[in-house]
Amino acid sequence: MITKDDVAHLATLARIRVPDGELEPLAKEMDAILGYVEDVRALAGDDVPEPEHALRNVLRKDEVTNEQGSYTERIVAQFPSSENNALKVKKIL
Amino acid sequence: MDTNTLTMKDARQLLDKKECSAQELAQGYLDGIKECDGEVHAYLEVYDDVLTQAKQADTRLAAGETSPLLGIPLAIKDNILIEGRTASAASKMLEHYAATYTATATKKLEEAGAVFLGRTNMDEFAMGGSTENSAFGVTKNPHDHTRVPGGSSGGSAAAVAGGMALAALGSDTGGSIRQPAALCGVVGLKPTYGSVSRHGLMAMGSSLDVIGPLARTVDDAEVLFEAVRGHDRMDATTIPNNRPRIENKETCTVGVPRAFLEKGVDADVLSAFEAGLAALRSAGHTVVDVELPTLPYALATYYIIMPAEVSANMARFDGVRYGLHVDSANGIEDYFESRGAGLGDEVRRRILLGTYVLSSGYYDAYYGTAMQARERIRADVREAFTTVDALAMPTTTSPAFKLGEKTNDPLAMYLEDIFTVSANIIGIPAMSVPCGIAERDGSTLPVGFQLLAPELAETTLFTLGRVLERV
Repeated sequence: MITKDDVAHLATLARIRVPDGELEPLAKEMDAILGYVEDVRALAGDDVPEPEHALRNVLRKDEVTNEQGSYTERIVAQFPSSENNALKVKKIL
Repeated sequence: MDTNTLTMKDARQLLDKKECSAQELAQGYLDGIKECDGEVHAYLEVYDDVLTQAKQADTRLAAGETSPLLGIPLAIKDNILIEGRTASAASKMLEHYAATYTATATKKLEEAGAVFLGRTNMDEFAMGGSTENSAFGVTKNPHDHTRVPGGSSGGSAAAVAGGMALAALGSDTGGSIRQPAALCGVVGLKPTYGSVSRHGLMAMGSSLDVIGPLARTVDDAEVLFEAVRGHDRMDATTIPNNRPRIENKETCTVGVPRAFLEKGVDADVLSAFEAGLAALRSAGHTVVDVELPTLPYALATYYIIMPAEVSANMARFDGVRYGLHVDSANGIEDYFESRGAGLGDEVRRRILLGTYVLSSGYYDAYYGTAMQARERIRADVREAFTTVDALAMPTTTSPAFKLGEKTNDPLAMYLEDIFTVSANIIGIPAMSVPCGIAERDGSTLPVGFQLLAPELAETTLFTLGRVLERV
């Protein structure tokens, strides 16, 4: 059973401001969804086949693929705040 | 020119025989948009340089060039990037975001000379099955304006169905191409996982996402798929081009998981499905029943894996480097306020669910279990494919539902994906083809027939799909 406090804690972990009034309905909805997905337990077990195509890392050479600065202007234009082509952020210490 | 009936194949002939210029063709679609989109709202933006793009295509045509997509007007889902153009994923978070590069899929279309009409509406960050989760207003079903077009690629499906684009690109994580294609009466292909590059597609569920076409006919969907598929060094999950594709067979064996269809499927949808099976038999294909007892669990599996991946992928939207930034007391408060203001209800719900199923103490019970279930379903379906060439199911349990009907019940909306998620869970290709109709309150609504095939067996889907679209 997921409570209002659990939702508030998850929202803190996920860094999302959720207004107090929305915690209760969210808890109810999430409880219904989690209740439904618990069905998967029927398929769990020790005899599950090993994945044939196990995921593996695909690496490429660590090389520069674009001309230096070719994206700078476009990327800087998307920064919420910038100074001299650098991203401006708040002091954290 | 009637944009409500014209196919890409027809348009190709008109252009190649110089019976119509790319500019005239594009103008036809701009007129179609002007006429219908005020009501339907398939587009979030119609580009202001459509005729300039068409003029460039005309120059190439005049020089004697011909290629399948040269001068063809297409619509692009709002989560696929084109450099310099806004790509918002229908979210307030990215309302003013201009793409800094072009996605591989759109790059290929651009080079082939396609004309981009605009970007289409969708559920925010592709999360939803009705396009009602867009931050910028709902899209209506062109067949009945009181009903949803499906989602999340609802704008792309409505644009094609409403004569407002010849074809479109969408993305499919759990049914987001096929379900709106079914509800709007167009063809929608979810290709094999890894067959189309996702470089420049906004990530939702990275082990599930794929880009694919929505079109008026199976032939058109095939042309668009062939144009965008292929290995890409910018997407490590793309399949190498030298891996053999499964070749076409003249006659196929099609398996029907009967037990899965016994409950909860609308009577009109079932009778349309039976008519489709009969058509496949008359065309010389064999239809057999198959047992796939794990298939009903694909939805529950999906609704653990997908939110887990969503919660990880959405972490990048922090209001620091791009997107919405809400200024607050300090850096960490800025995260809370930016994400709180920028992300809509459904996105938030899935992030919280994902955070829950991945949290310490619950990880094994949810995510670990879902990964086991995924393997079991995959093995089960692989086994079925040793005796059949394709599987058939309806695309959805019912025709298009009413706007607002499921907005207050997230679980009911999730159940909409029951027949589509398995292809994403397994990574195999699947296609929805319009097959039959259902009458509702005086409206004639389309019904979709879904085919699934083994990895890299898209040609099987096209062969069988061509039979179904003649029903």
